[in-house]
Amino acid sequence: MRYVIVGGSVAAIAAIEAIRKEDGDGDITVFSDEKYPAYGRPTISYYLNGTISREKMAYRDEDFYARMGVTLELGKKVIKIDAKKKEVEISDGDKAAYDKLLVATGSSPVIPAVEGFESVRCAHTFMTMDDALSLEKDLGPEKSVLVVGAGLIGLKCVEGICGRVKKITCVDMADRILPSVLDAEGAEIMRRVLENEGVEFILNDSVAKFSDGRAVLKSGKKLPFDILVMAVGVRPNTSLVKEAGGNVKRGIVVNSYMETSLDGVYAAGDCAEGYDASVNEDRVLAILPNAAFQGSVAGANMAKGTGGEKKQHLCGVPMNAVGFFGTHVLSAGAYVGECLRTRDGDNLKKLYVKDGLLKGFILIGDIERAGIYTYLVRAQVPVDEVNFNLLKDAPQLLAFSDEFRREKLTQKV
Amino acid sequence: MKRIYVNEKWCLGCHLCEYECMFASSGLDKMFKLKGRLSGYVPKIKVEGDDMSPVHFAVNCRHCENAICVQSCVAGALSKTGEGMVELDREKCVGCFTCVLVCPYGAIMPAADGKAAQKCVLCTDNSKEGPACVRNCPNGAIVYEERG
Repeated sequence: MRYVIVGGSVAAIAAIEAIRKEDGDGDITVFSDEKYPAYGRPTISYYLNGTISREKMAYRDEDFYARMGVTLELGKKVIKIDAKKKEVEISDGDKAAYDKLLVATGSSPVIPAVEGFESVRCAHTFMTMDDALSLEKDLGPEKSVLVVGAGLIGLKCVEGICGRVKKITCVDMADRILPSVLDAEGAEIMRRVLENEGVEFILNDSVAKFSDGRAVLKSGKKLPFDILVMAVGVRPNTSLVKEAGGNVKRGIVVNSYMETSLDGVYAAGDCAEGYDASVNEDRVLAILPNAAFQGSVAGANMAKGTGGEKKQHLCGVPMNAVGFFGTHVLSAGAYVGECLRTRDGDNLKKLYVKDGLLKGFILIGDIERAGIYTYLVRAQVPVDEVNFNLLKDAPQLLAFSDEFRREKLTQKV
Repeated sequence: MKRIYVNEKWCLGCHLCEYECMFASSGLDKMFKLKGRLSGYVPKIKVEGDDMSPVHFAVNCRHCENAICVQSCVAGALSKTGEGMVELDREKCVGCFTCVLVCPYGAIMPAADGKAAQKCVLCTDNSKEGPACVRNCPNGAIVYEERG
């Protein structure tokens, strides 16, 4: 069996591990357009602020690829899938035949068309190791930085470079920071955390054009800057599958086995759509754990052939853990239905209950044992099957049935 | 692999295991020396049930077969040993607490300094012989054994 994986990050690693559980012999080749073995992409901001060294960013130990019997082709971009011939074409002209192909191409930063953008000299995005290294070269104590986008990527970048530049201004067209993760109240708390570190926010506004080293905002405000970071969002890398005739919507369309519409071709991670149980529809969940879950399912099914029972990916939900300057935000699911709110200073807890289920939650500050809430969301445990009064107070296993605890705490899980 | 299991029937909720856990990783020579320094430690085992509760039990890492924390770790800091123990490389951990967000047992938590996660590694990270919570539970409510 010849396995080819396009992309070398988390979904690919999870797939390799899953393949090797089933198939110790098949050839596995990974093509990555990056120069590095897999590293934790979200750790790039921690590299910039000195929390982690470059060596420690490696996602797996040094001999992982050798141990797994993987041929790792770094700096090789796959430019075409020939789904009929079952081969991929590499940018250097080489071709590689596959029996099973995993597309784990991830996503890329969106660069909106803004007048004068091409005139900006120090423009960056913030997604990859090379992005971080190239941004680092431009940093300096006299530099002013404009970050466009106050989402997870933009703000982690802000935290990463905060101590290494003179001034950071962050612009977002939304009315609050972290709009995809937080509601207005939570966003307000986190905004203050960041403002206390000297970060300036300009919300409800966006860049109309760049000229003479300045950004001119829709409001007319003019912002001079030395370094620009564009972090307005990401777009799934779907073109390989689309051009090969596969079904693509916003992301690559997959079923719960991570199979695309092309025979023998699977997709996983940021490039793929998947079932989101919290809203009961397919969508792209561009979060790292989801890439690992999907990659693992894809790998298992690629290796199982036609005989074995296929593995299904069933319970994706959006979830995020993110911290800024020591204040942490943990959230999961959808913020719909009745909101049960507790606030004590900057500690905020919001639980969202609808149709007898915990649909989602936001925790800021006190995050202890949040995974018990996430479990309720993911497993869709009816709230009347647990002591929800206890759970409202704090996440705890005491709220579950004796039988549940017997099952989970007195045997191997 | 041997794992830690609890027996609710015998657990008084005395919290001694939590102190033993903190003591085991403290490097101190006497447990009472934790006094006045408790803010510097967080136990990796958690006793549930307050004094009025009819039910008590202790929870620590289950070392799950398919550990969701290992799958979810953004840094690759969590991994499984060949035996099946879930361990954490503190040098790789960036303290994002995705593991806290996904552990269905609430068994992984921020360390006392808040900068990285911590979890039970069955006292393999200290000089104790075998899990201190198990050895010192006066009621035999926590055991360390091989189960299916």
